[in-house]
This record gives sequence, structure tokens and C-alpha cells, in this order.
Amino acid sequence: MLDISNRPSSPHFDAPQLVTTPPLLRATGLHKRYGRIEAVVDVNVEAYAGEVVGIVGESGSGKSTVLRLLNLEDTPDSGTYTLDLPGMADQDLYALDRFARRTIQIMNIGVVYQNPHLGLRMRFTSSGNVAERLLIAGERSFATLRQAARESLATSEFPLDRMDDPPRVLSGGMQQRVQLAKALALKPALLLLDEPTTGLDVSVQALVLDTLKQLQRERHMTIVLVSHDLGVIRTLADRVMVMRHGRVVEQGLTDQILEDPQNAYTQQLVHAKL
Amino acid sequence: MTLQELAQPRQDYSYAFMDAYAKRELRRRILKAIAIPGYQVPYASRELPIARGWGTGGLQVSLSLVGPESVVKVIDQGADDSVNAANLRRFIVRMSGAQTTTDTTKATILQSRHRIPEEIMGEGQALVLQVPDPEPLRGVTADMSKAAQLHADMDYGQMWLLLYEQLVRYRQYIQGASYPSLVNRRYVISPSPIPRWDTPKLHQAAHLTLLSAGREKRLYAVPPYTDVQPLEFSDVPFQIENQQGWVCQTTGIENKFMNELPQADGTSQYELSDSGYAEKLASTGTTDATYYDDQGHFYHAGYLKPPVLPTL
Repeated sequence: MLDISNRPSSPHFDAPQLVTTPPLLRATGLHKRYGRIEAVVDVNVEAYAGEVVGIVGESGSGKSTVLRLLNLEDTPDSGTYTLDLPGMADQDLYALDRFARRTIQIMNIGVVYQNPHLGLRMRFTSSGNVAERLLIAGERSFATLRQAARESLATSEFPLDRMDDPPRVLSGGMQQRVQLAKALALKPALLLLDEPTTGLDVSVQALVLDTLKQLQRERHMTIVLVSHDLGVIRTLADRVMVMRHGRVVEQGLTDQILEDPQNAYTQQLVHAKL
Repeated sequence: MTLQELAQPRQDYSYAFMDAYAKRELRRRILKAIAIPGYQVPYASRELPIARGWGTGGLQVSLSLVGPESVVKVIDQGADDSVNAANLRRFIVRMSGAQTTTDTTKATILQSRHRIPEEIMGEGQALVLQVPDPEPLRGVTADMSKAAQLHADMDYGQMWLLLYEQLVRYRQYIQGASYPSLVNRRYVISPSPIPRWDTPKLHQAAHLTLLSAGREKRLYAVPPYTDVQPLEFSDVPFQIENQQGWVCQTTGIENKFMNELPQADGTSQYELSDSGYAEKLASTGTTDATYYDDQGHFYHAGYLKPPVLPTL
């Protein structure tokens, strides 16, 4: 008979656990219409803490509009949006007044745009661009601002000897790093990336993606990533939503969607890439 | 009874040039501005026989306040005798019959561009400043409706961004004039391009200050005894111009705001910017109390802090 009493102990595994926490981000039934054009129709987005959700689709599919709605830059015609923040768990953010919405946006949401001109003041120093977030949040000590700007720029792997150069004189990749540092300055709960690497050449794109991926691993950040580039989505996203004509046509795990697309449009998209 | 007897005698202009309705509107706006210190009140800026940019804002306020009993002083860059000041003074006097003076303490209405006089102004005096650009947020947002929203929300964080940039580039606040200041702990104003030297004089001042921009059609006020705080970082205090060792070549006075007169040999001479003060000093040998005493101490002790060089 086999004696199991002095068998070496088996390696320890955590039993798989049910996710019992509510999602950090929950947006339901988003509708947005610009005149005759229905930009977003009945879109639901959920993201759990530490998860990266990708949104792909062709130009005009409504993915950037969804991001603008999530960034509270715009309000939808209908739909609700909650962020699981302390004391705000059941608060529909679209029902807040403009000032409260802006406060939530500054303190809890970071955003990186495709076009650095949208997110940065090109003639101000890079460190000033980062410090602006803290200034708006009420920080009034110059030494603290310098320190926070330095830390945040270092996090996004920006060369610190150039921290007082204006973004105007920086390369595209560096400008995106400044935007990233600015977005991370207040350690937001949610990071929104709108085509963060489009317009960069392939090698720089890889470096920026590397930084993003490493940051995501270290900080367990919740990210909503919009891109038309399936390579970027495959690198970063855990889950992906495919949008067309303002609707979500398919969603699921990234590998599943990209390897075995069910929807005709998604199949086309994946094959166009290959 | 004839029509001629019933009618008013013919006059070329209304009293003080502007018609009664214009003056009434302006006085109402002034009252509103005083009621909400630092808030920019829009008004219907009238046409005057001087061009926009030459002090039409200040002139309209002066004309709506002036009466036959008034004593008017007009200065431009501190000087009573510059062309602009002389023209405005002559116009106000011709249209109102008011008295004029160059003595700060005797004036009831003092219209100025660029300077607040050296001698301390008292209760009952009104200082009217001509403002080219009333909007302090223009440097950070080009959109005027956004700026109005920021004022409404008291959302002035971005103003410190301008100061941050100055400290990073020059390690000191270099904004020379219109230094943004918080009035009554509520609204940030751009004081008419008075030098930093004069900005603290607005704090808890006994006199009324009215700032009016004719082209931009806005006026705002610092009522008597109101807090005015120049914007500054908590660890880098606001500083006035360093004019240590500048001595007036005619009066030998120090620690008053000076004009620099570059000389042919590359050196500089200095003279008092406030010509009324210099004149009084020369003729009587004595003046009333000044905001900065002869040692350069400000009359509100502790209001100005010693300089700090920020580390980058």
C-alpha cells in the first residue's frame, strides 16, 4: 500500500475564486446622437479593477465617442455611468452637475489622446504640463509639484534631463510619454487611452507599449483602450469589444475574438490585419 | 408762453460729456462691482472723443463720478505732465468744471495708468485705473466663455501654471505688471498694468479702487478695506521689484518706485516715477505718509515676506 504520509507537500495553488467585487467601471445603455447621426447605440461597458478593455472598430464606428463619454467630456442622450469610487459607488456620474463631474474627472480619470496637441500645452514646459493636474487639484507647494512631476515623468520613462523642455521640441514618442505622465500624475483609478500609439513609427510604438504594459502590471491599473490597430489590442487588452456603426457587434476575451471571430465584420477585420 | 421759454437753454454737451442715461448706467455698474469685489461687470462702453486704448474705460468712470466740487488728479506712468494725462485732465475739467491738483492727498478722484501714487490714499478718495485687458485667465484659456465658467467655479488652479513656468525658467516671478491677485478671497483680478510694487497697496486700502476697460467693456472694483492677495506658491512668496540701491538723481530719495534712465556711458540714473510726490518733496521738503517708508518697509507689517530662491 502506498504510504502518503511522508510524501513531499504538493506545490501550493490558490483556488480559483469567484470575482465578487463589483466592476470599477460600469456604463449601461449609452446612446449618443449628433444631429441625424447615431454615434453610439446601446453600448454597455464594464471593466473590473486591473483589467484592460480594448475597443476596436473602423473610423466612425463610435469608439472615440464612447471614450469621450467615459471621460465625462460629453454627456450621452441616455445611459448611466458609475465608477466604484469611495462614496460614489451608486452615483450616476451623468446626473452630477458640471462642477462635480469635472472634479471626478480630474481626480479619478487619466486620458492619453492620439494627438498630443489635444492633451498638452505645447509651449509650456513638460513638467508644467504634468504639474497642471496637481495644480487644478489644489496643490500649492512648488517643491511638491516639482517632486510629483519628476516622479510621474520617471514612471512613464521620460528622460528627466528634458523635463523642462516644452513638448513642442520633443519627438512624437516623448510627447506621448508626457501625456502619459500627466494622466498618471494624480494616480487615477481609470486610465483612458485613445489610439495612444497611432502616428508613431513601429519601434517607438513598441517602446511606448512596453511602458504601458509594465505600468499596467505594476499598478494593476484599469484601462480602457481604443485602437483600430489589432496588434496594440493583442499586446495590451484582456477583453475586447468590436464596434461598428455605433453598436457593439461582438465582445469577449482578446484571444478568443482575434483567433476565432464569429461575427462577419470581425472576421473581415481580423483577416484584413493578417 | 412761448416754446422758447419752455425749452431748456441750448447746450453743446450734457454735463460731463456723457448723457444722463449713460452716467446712470455706469453708476449702477459701479455699485454692482463694489458689491461683488473683483467681479468683472459688463457695461455699455460709450464713444468718447479719444481712441480706444487711450483710457476710455477710466475716463468714462471718472466722468460718471465727477461733479463741480471734485478735485481731479490724472497721472500716466506716475507723471502728471505726460501728454495722455494732460489731455484727459483737460477734457474732464472742461466738461465738468472740477478743480485739478497734482497732490495725491488732496484729490477726490484720481485717474491713473500704470501707477498707484506713493503717498497713502485715504477714505473718501476714488482711484480710477485704466485697464487694457481685464481678464486674468487669458494666459491659460483663450475662450472667454470658459474663463467665465472658471471664475464662477473659483477654479483658478491653472493660474499657478503661469507662475510655475516663470519659476522653472527664471527661478523667480517675472510677471512685471498686472500681477494676478485674489480679491476678497473670491475673484482673481488682473490689476491694471500697475507694477508689482503697487499691487500690495490694494490690500486693505482705505480708498476705493475702480478698474475699467473701455475696449473690453468691463469694470471691476476693490472696495475700501478689502483683502487683496497676489497669487504665490506656499513655499515661494510674492516679491516686489528689487530696486535696492536705486537713488533718485534729483531728490536723493530711496525706496520709492524709480524710473531708470539709461546713460550714454552704459550706466543708469534713476528718478522718482511719481512726479507729484517728487514735486511736493522738492517744494515743501516734506510729504504725507507713504506706502513704503524710507527704509523700504511696507505699511502693513508682515504682508510682504522675505525672498526665497526655489530649488528646481
